Amino acid sequence: MGSNPVTWLGSPVFPKAAKAALADTQLRRNLRKATHTIRDKRAKAVAELPDWEQLRLAGEAIKDDVLSNLDTYLERIEAAVTARGGVVHWARDAREANEIVLRLAREAGTDEVVKVKSMATAEIGLNEALAAGGIRAIETDLAELIVQLGHDRPSHILVPAIHRNRSEIKEIFQREMAEKPVSDEPRELAEAARRHLRRKFLSAKVAVSGANFGVADTGSIVVVESEGNGRMCLTLPEVLITVMGIEKLVPTWQDLEVFLQLLPRSSTAERMNPYTSVWTGVTPGDGPQQFHLVLLDNGRTDALADRVGRQALRCIRCSACLNVCPVYERTGGQAYGSVYPGPIGAILSPQLVNDMHDKQAASLPYASSLCGACYEVCPVRINIPEVLVHLRAEAVEAKGRTPESVGMAALGWLFADARRYENAQKVGSLARHLAPSGRISSLPWPGSKWTSTRDVPTPPAESFRTWWRKNRG
Amino acid sequence: MPAPRVGLFATCLTDTFYPSTARAVVRLLERLGCHVDFPMDQTCCGQMHYNTGYRDEARSLAAKYATVFAGYDAIVAPSGSCGGMVREIHPELHGTSDAFVRTYELSEFIVDVLGVTDVGAYFPHRVTYHPTCHSLRMLGVGDKPLSLLRAVRGLDLAELPAAETCCGFGGTFAVKNADTSTAMLGDKMRNVLNTGAEVLCAGDNSCLMHIGGGLSRLRTGVRTVHLAEILASTEEEPWAATP
Amino acid sequence: MADARSVVLGRIRRALADRPAAPEIPRSYDVTRPLGDLVELAAERIADYRAEVHRVTAEDVPAKIAELLAARGAARMVGPVDLPSNWQVDVAEWMIDSPSLTIDQLDAADGVLTGCAVAIAETGTIVLDGGEAQGRRALTLVPDYHLCVVRVDQIVGIVPEALARLAPTRPLTFISGPSATSDIELDRVEGVHGPRTLHVLITD
Repeated sequence: MGSNPVTWLGSPVFPKAAKAALADTQLRRNLRKATHTIRDKRAKAVAELPDWEQLRLAGEAIKDDVLSNLDTYLERIEAAVTARGGVVHWARDAREANEIVLRLAREAGTDEVVKVKSMATAEIGLNEALAAGGIRAIETDLAELIVQLGHDRPSHILVPAIHRNRSEIKEIFQREMAEKPVSDEPRELAEAARRHLRRKFLSAKVAVSGANFGVADTGSIVVVESEGNGRMCLTLPEVLITVMGIEKLVPTWQDLEVFLQLLPRSSTAERMNPYTSVWTGVTPGDGPQQFHLVLLDNGRTDALADRVGRQALRCIRCSACLNVCPVYERTGGQAYGSVYPGPIGAILSPQLVNDMHDKQAASLPYASSLCGACYEVCPVRINIPEVLVHLRAEAVEAKGRTPESVGMAALGWLFADARRYENAQKVGSLARHLAPSGRISSLPWPGSKWTSTRDVPTPPAESFRTWWRKNRG
Repeated sequence: MPAPRVGLFATCLTDTFYPSTARAVVRLLERLGCHVDFPMDQTCCGQMHYNTGYRDEARSLAAKYATVFAGYDAIVAPSGSCGGMVREIHPELHGTSDAFVRTYELSEFIVDVLGVTDVGAYFPHRVTYHPTCHSLRMLGVGDKPLSLLRAVRGLDLAELPAAETCCGFGGTFAVKNADTSTAMLGDKMRNVLNTGAEVLCAGDNSCLMHIGGGLSRLRTGVRTVHLAEILASTEEEPWAATP
Repeated sequence: MADARSVVLGRIRRALADRPAAPEIPRSYDVTRPLGDLVELAAERIADYRAEVHRVTAEDVPAKIAELLAARGAARMVGPVDLPSNWQVDVAEWMIDSPSLTIDQLDAADGVLTGCAVAIAETGTIVLDGGEAQGRRALTLVPDYHLCVVRVDQIVGIVPEALARLAPTRPLTFISGPSATSDIELDRVEGVHGPRTLHVLITD
């Protein structure tokens, strides 16, 4: 069984990757500025709506409804898309999805496809698979373009180049584009991207997109975007291939009224994003005359089978959780070694990988202090802390007997009996004699991980219970 | 109304490292008219085990808690994180029990159950307050600790910038992801120091051990004091934490 | 060998062996909201996105169109097949989409003039559905300037009201301001790939 390309081969476990990222001062500055800015904006955008909590509750329930009846809804959307002239394909895993897209691109007789930003296609490593098959995939989202031209990896779900500031972007463009931007003003950089891509848009034969939502009843696909590259890809080429995760459905057209409010305010913190496109199959005389929908599993059914973990599949990829996470803010996305970083990544990536013996994937649920800020902002109320703790229990089970598990069992044994526990406390207070200053500044491993940056209070002369027994017993 | 029979859940951390906090809770609750008992069989709520992925040990500890704390009108813990563990998680592990339902974090108990915000305390120092994540988000204690602090005579309360951002303790996170934990600690300390406060107060000794550990390492001259110890302090009998 | 479809559906059914109950969906969110003067709000919110908004009476629409096109120097304008003839003012040369204009013709045009299907006041959004006076999607995508006429009776308050008026299987484009990106340090920057200038005429 091949490993899921959602996580990048060779990525170190999170604590190690985080250590390196924390030392990158440019990254720290970029992330801090970006996340603090968007946090405030999101809060304002959300505060405008008097019914925000009701929208969240509806969003949660609609997505749970989809998951509870996923097979029915998938069959429904397949029928609806087919009835309107689209072709529906099913992909068990990344490899199969890539094969389908490659075949369709070849059948269209092209060696180049334009792409709208799509987490699903990033997850399956589509660009690499197409390249291996002799087909060039051109990213058209500004941030994805920056990542592609920079021969880099994405670090955020919504703004994948968030780890780059404007002067770094200017450098990348100057190196890689024919028409070079003259300054690092965002306006100039966007103009450079426009010129670079316009010819591609106007001549592309095949486009590949993802989907934010698929309406089961009607077969309508929805793409939410900002720059207009989505519209370009979805409208001008002859052939459109959409790769959509099987969980991205909503049951009815009406259900979109909830998500078209939840998503823009949670993601870019706007009342509405600049462009949203909706299309159903093929419309004669308007847009691509060949439409293919690839329904992607790639581990989603493994997540679905986990009763606690399946709520992660409600995710609408808004990235609000990334933007409030104190861990993500400091380490950035690449430290998670996955296309999906941050809080949602910490619960989704390991479930898609579905192998707790994979040390890197198993380290992700621990990349959190369980502060709960993510749960507060999630538009579909995914209880991320609950799933993190649940996945930690799975990781512990997979690891079996380790020094940690032995230590935890020993501690559990101490806690099981008050007398044992009290004796252990007394042993600890001997440590007082070793640290008369009232603080301990150095402990052997693993205590050293604490004392490398923090003092530890010296255990007191007597514990509370000893005092109580003496004075109140 | 007869004096409420309160079981004190000291928590393993406070019992072992910060007994002064538990003694302060006893003094405070008795001053407020409660009958306080400390059932000696108590040990730990199991939060660290549970949060690290060791559910079986946590389940046993939940069962033990239900037995040890049976029969009290209320159980009070000087900890939002332990209180949260008992109220929210113990029922999932063990099933319902009166002991779980009747467990309160200290400020919740004083404000909601005793109906009091002025506890007659006196603490003439500049203090800033850090709300612990579990208090804030799991238990939803909201403004209660601050309303209690505002009523303390002589106390100069300074607002902590970015108060609601996690300090970086997170239980075993502080060790398993020590570097990230330290980065979060750095920002929390910076915000504390910027208030010019002499004392950092919180309702959880876990956060205070972590932030205090950093403040001590950097010899900042800022000390940490648990909410209970501030509230226990009066003009006649100023609270002195004896280590 | 089983095909992908039956494998995936089988996996789903096995995953749901615990038969989770489909929840009842609480729809206590607003399906309408008192927002005051919707026309004023729409004008304000559309303008918030740096789209220029003008309010004119129905009789004055052609004159306003002429004024805006002249000011912009838009000499060659694209229009859908059913563009009202009195909107096709003399100031510009009109390229009507019949027979279908090529991409290069669209690219060479100075702008496009259309009506719309519905506008959402709260979010400042205009929705095109390929219906009356709108044409196919490429017309409003390729030219760099889009002049859009919105009637007062097409303005609704909030998103649910708009969706209720739209036919989901038509090709729909929701436009909230000229194209933008916030990919560079999260600054919203206008004008990437769609029309970089959007003018809106609100008329009765």
